[in-house]
Amino acid sequence: MTQLNINVHHVTRVEGHGNITVNAKDGKIEEITWEIPESPRFFEAMLRGLNYQDVTWLAPRICGICSVAHSTAAIQATEAAFGVQPSEQTMLLRKLLYHAETLQSHVLHFYFLAAPDFLGVGSVFPLINTHKEVVLRALRLKKLANDLADLLAGRKTHPTSCVVGGFVKFPETSQLRTMQQRLTEAMDDLKETVKLFTGLNVPDFIRPTEYIALKDPKEYAFISGDISSTDTGTAPITDYLEMTNEFCVPQSTAKFSKHARDSYMVGALARFNNNYSQLLPEAQKAAGELGLKAVCDNPYMISIAQIVESVHAVEDSLRLIDQIVARGLKEEKPEVKVRAGRGVGAVEAPRGILFHDYTYDDKGVLTEANYVIPTNQNHNNIQKDMESLVPSIINKTQDDITLMLEMLVRAYDPCISCSTHLLEVRFV
Amino acid sequence: MKPKLGFFDFTGCEGCQLEVINFEIELVELLELVDIVNFREAMTEKGEDYEIAFIDGAITTESDISRIKKIREQAKIVVAMGACACLGGVNCLKNLRPMEENLKIVYGECAGYYNTIPARPVSAVVPVEYELPGCPMNRHEFVRLGKALLLGKKFELPNYPVCVECKMAGNVCVFDKGEFCLGPVTRAGCSAICVTTGRHCWGCRGLVDDPNVNSEKEILQKHGLTVDDILNQFRIFNGYLEVSK
Repeated sequence: MTQLNINVHHVTRVEGHGNITVNAKDGKIEEITWEIPESPRFFEAMLRGLNYQDVTWLAPRICGICSVAHSTAAIQATEAAFGVQPSEQTMLLRKLLYHAETLQSHVLHFYFLAAPDFLGVGSVFPLINTHKEVVLRALRLKKLANDLADLLAGRKTHPTSCVVGGFVKFPETSQLRTMQQRLTEAMDDLKETVKLFTGLNVPDFIRPTEYIALKDPKEYAFISGDISSTDTGTAPITDYLEMTNEFCVPQSTAKFSKHARDSYMVGALARFNNNYSQLLPEAQKAAGELGLKAVCDNPYMISIAQIVESVHAVEDSLRLIDQIVARGLKEEKPEVKVRAGRGVGAVEAPRGILFHDYTYDDKGVLTEANYVIPTNQNHNNIQKDMESLVPSIINKTQDDITLMLEMLVRAYDPCISCSTHLLEVRFV
Repeated sequence: MKPKLGFFDFTGCEGCQLEVINFEIELVELLELVDIVNFREAMTEKGEDYEIAFIDGAITTESDISRIKKIREQAKIVVAMGACACLGGVNCLKNLRPMEENLKIVYGECAGYYNTIPARPVSAVVPVEYELPGCPMNRHEFVRLGKALLLGKKFELPNYPVCVECKMAGNVCVFDKGEFCLGPVTRAGCSAICVTTGRHCWGCRGLVDDPNVNSEKEILQKHGLTVDDILNQFRIFNGYLEVSK
C-alpha cells in the first residue's frame, strides 16, 4: 500500500555532513538510520610530534565554529599536564572570551540554521526581504560576539593570543568599557529574540534521556567543574572515558556514545537540565517567558535553551567586565614550566561537553592525544529520538515526516566537522 | 543577470564558510548583487546551475576527488578558500605517516570502516582560477576578489612577505624575541595578525613567489636556528609542498 522512502543525503543547515534514512511499508518501519559520512580528519594522529604551543594553537582547527572551545580545552588540558595554575585574571578573561563564542554560535544556530524552519523558508537569505529587522538583529548580535572575541583573542575563528598560562595580548580598559556598553544594548536585541521565539510553534515530542554537562558549585559551568549526569551524579573530568564510552558503528565516521542508558544528550538543554538554578536572573526570566522548565525532555527545545544561555552569556559578560576592570587589568606574562605528563581539559562547547586529553614528553612534545566531541556524544541520542519519533508521526505525509526529522537533527545543532571522526535522510 | 554562486565544503573545519557568514551587514549588501544557489551549511535549496564555485577544505578521500571534478565541470570559475583548499593545510600532517597508522591511532579496531588518502590541495586535482589563502581565509580579501569578479577586474594576491605588513604594524621582530617565525617567506595579506596579537607566523598563507631563501638562512644562522627547526614549522601548513617535491 503506502511506501515511505525518506532519504535525505546531506542534511542542510548543519555544520557538517549527515544522512537520514527511513524505510517503511504499510506503516511498518523497516529501517531508521542516522548516518555520518564525514571525511575523517585524524587530528589525534596529526598533532603527535608537535610541541605544546603548536598543539594548542592548531587544536581550534578541529572546528571553525567552536574554535574558542577547542582552544580553551587544549590549553586547559596542557595546563593540567604541566601543573600550571592559571591566574584569577586569566580565568576571568577566558570566561569572557568563552561567552563571546557561546553567543556567536547560538545566534548563528537559532537565527540562521533553526529559525527558517519555523518561518517556512529554506534559508536565512529570503528573510532579508521578508523579515529584514530579524536578520539585522541576528547580524548585530553576531557582530558583537565576534568583536568581543577579536578584542580578547585576536580573532574569533582560530584565536591567537590565548595561550597556555594565560594571554599574550590584553585589551585596554576603555575598550572593555565600550564593549560593556554594546553588551548592555544587546540585551534589548535578546529581549526581542525571546519575544520572537515565544511566538513560534515548537514541535511537542517527549523522550526522557540522560543529560550530561559540566557542573561547578560556584556558577553555571562553561569552562570549569566536574562532569554531571542527571542519572548518576558527578564525577571528576579525568573519569571522562567511563562517562562517554565511545564505540564505532559502520554507518558513521563519527563515533557513538552511551553511559547509564542506551544514549545520552549533551549541549544547551543538557546544561540547562543540570544547572538551571545557577542561571542569572534575566536568563531565568527568559526561560520562564519561553516556557522552558527543567527537566525538559523535548529535544526540539534545545534551540530555546540556547536563547536562554545567550541571555546568560551577555548578563555574565557585563559582570565579568566590571570585575576585570575593578581588579585593574595587568599585563601578566604566562609562566609555563614544561614537564612530562598527561592532562585532561573539559569545557562546555556550544554543542556540549568537550574533552581534550594530551600526553607530553619532558620537552613538551605531544606523544598522545584523545578527543571526545559533543556531536559524537549526541549521535546515538539522535538515532534513539528518531526511533521513538517516527512511529508517532508515521501517518503524516512523507514531506512532513522529513521536515520533522530534519528539524530534530538541526535542533541538536550538530557540528559535524568537529565530529572529526554527520546527516542524510534516506526514506526508502 | 546576477552571477550564481555555490559554496562547497570538503575536508576542513568549515571556518572559512563561517567567515563568509560572518560578513554581518555586508552579507545583506552582497546578497543583492549575487544569487547563492548552493550553500549546504546555510540553506536547504540546492541549485546545480552555479557559475562560480567557492571551495573550502582539502581533498582527502576518493569521493572528494570525483565530487571536485564534477564541480569543476559545472563552474566557470573555481575559487579555493583557506589553507586547506589552497595548500592542503594542516590535513597534510597526516601524510607524514602511513594512512594505515593514522587509521589505527584514531579508530583502533574499527579502522576498517574508514577510507582516507593522502591530503592534497584542490589544485592538485583540478585547475583553480583564484586562491584565497590563510587559516582562516581573510574576509577582506574575499570581498576584494568578489568586487574584482563583479566588475570584471584583475585580482592579485600580495607578492611580498608578511614581514612587510609586520613592520608596518610596528611589531617587534619575533626573531629578536628568540622565537621562530615564517614571516620572511610567507605571502602577506593577513596584516601579520598572528604577530600583532602576540604570536609568530606559522606560514598559513603559503610561500611568497620566489622566496628569498638565502636571506631566511642568514636570519636563521644569526639566531642559532637550523633549517630543520624551520622545516618542522613549515610543514604544519605547507607539508604538501615538501612531499610533492
